[in-house]
Amino acid sequence: MKYIYELHKTMVARNLILVYEGEFTQEITKSVLAMAERNMDAIGEDSAVKRKVFNVMVECLQNIVKHSDEVNDINYTDKNSAVFMIGKQDDKYIITSGNPITNDKVEMLQEKIEHINSLDKEGLKTYYKDKIKKSQGLSAKGGAGLGFIDMARKSGQKLQFDFEHINENISFFSLKTIIRRNNQ
Amino acid sequence: MEVINLESTEDTPKIILDRNNGIFEISGRSLPEDSAEYYQPILDWLDEYSKNPNPETVFIFKLEYFNTASSKLILDILSKLETIENTTISWFYHEDDEDMEEAGSEFSDLVEVPFEFKTY
Repeated sequence: MKYIYELHKTMVARNLILVYEGEFTQEITKSVLAMAERNMDAIGEDSAVKRKVFNVMVECLQNIVKHSDEVNDINYTDKNSAVFMIGKQDDKYIITSGNPITNDKVEMLQEKIEHINSLDKEGLKTYYKDKIKKSQGLSAKGGAGLGFIDMARKSGQKLQFDFEHINENISFFSLKTIIRRNNQ
Repeated sequence: MEVINLESTEDTPKIILDRNNGIFEISGRSLPEDSAEYYQPILDWLDEYSKNPNPETVFIFKLEYFNTASSKLILDILSKLETIENTTISWFYHEDDEDMEEAGSEFSDLVEVPFEFKTY
């Protein structure tokens, strides 16, 4: 039973206000959003901060939902399982997610996020407008790759990420986004 | 023409498209799982409306939040409205919501339709 206490200690040490591990669907997304919103309302969080956190959460959660389909075909035990966490500190919220992705996505994702991280505020704005214009008429499911750009814009900080190699088919993709409290 | 009147839900906005009463409004939150599917009836309705529009169309966006997948569809809606003469967009944002104000101003750069910005 010690793991319960260990898990509790980790959550307290990292100021995690919400952790969800398991399958991700739109229904789960809505529940997680509602819980985080209630939590922020309860402490009277600043509405601008609240909106930014909500925004980043939505993109993060819907990304996981979207990509879980791709991993589904592959023989991997925890294929449907991903993790999502929100940490709250005095000066910031930390939104993290981890989910399995197919290895052929690693390079593309890395390049995409590194490119986003190389841009400043104006650069991100231009990139966003450019992407959304090009996405017109396309019937692609999801946001035409706008999600990460939006997360970076709302955060105002670099996106932190990592890939953990699991096997020849799958890697674990971790992503961390920070939202400053106290008006940046 | 039929009236579209969709009540808002946790993840979809309230939408009213009523040509006889001159009400065209999308308000609330938009983060559906499949935004393309969700907005298709709206785009179809606008296609029909554009064939014989009212002399004047004021389309209201009063969004509290939308995800990036919806932003693509909002641009699709704006592009349809672009083809309808005498159309104005009323873009509402909460007075302390700079991101929503900026989003509106970015959309206004992308289409040739006049935008009016209003706070609520």
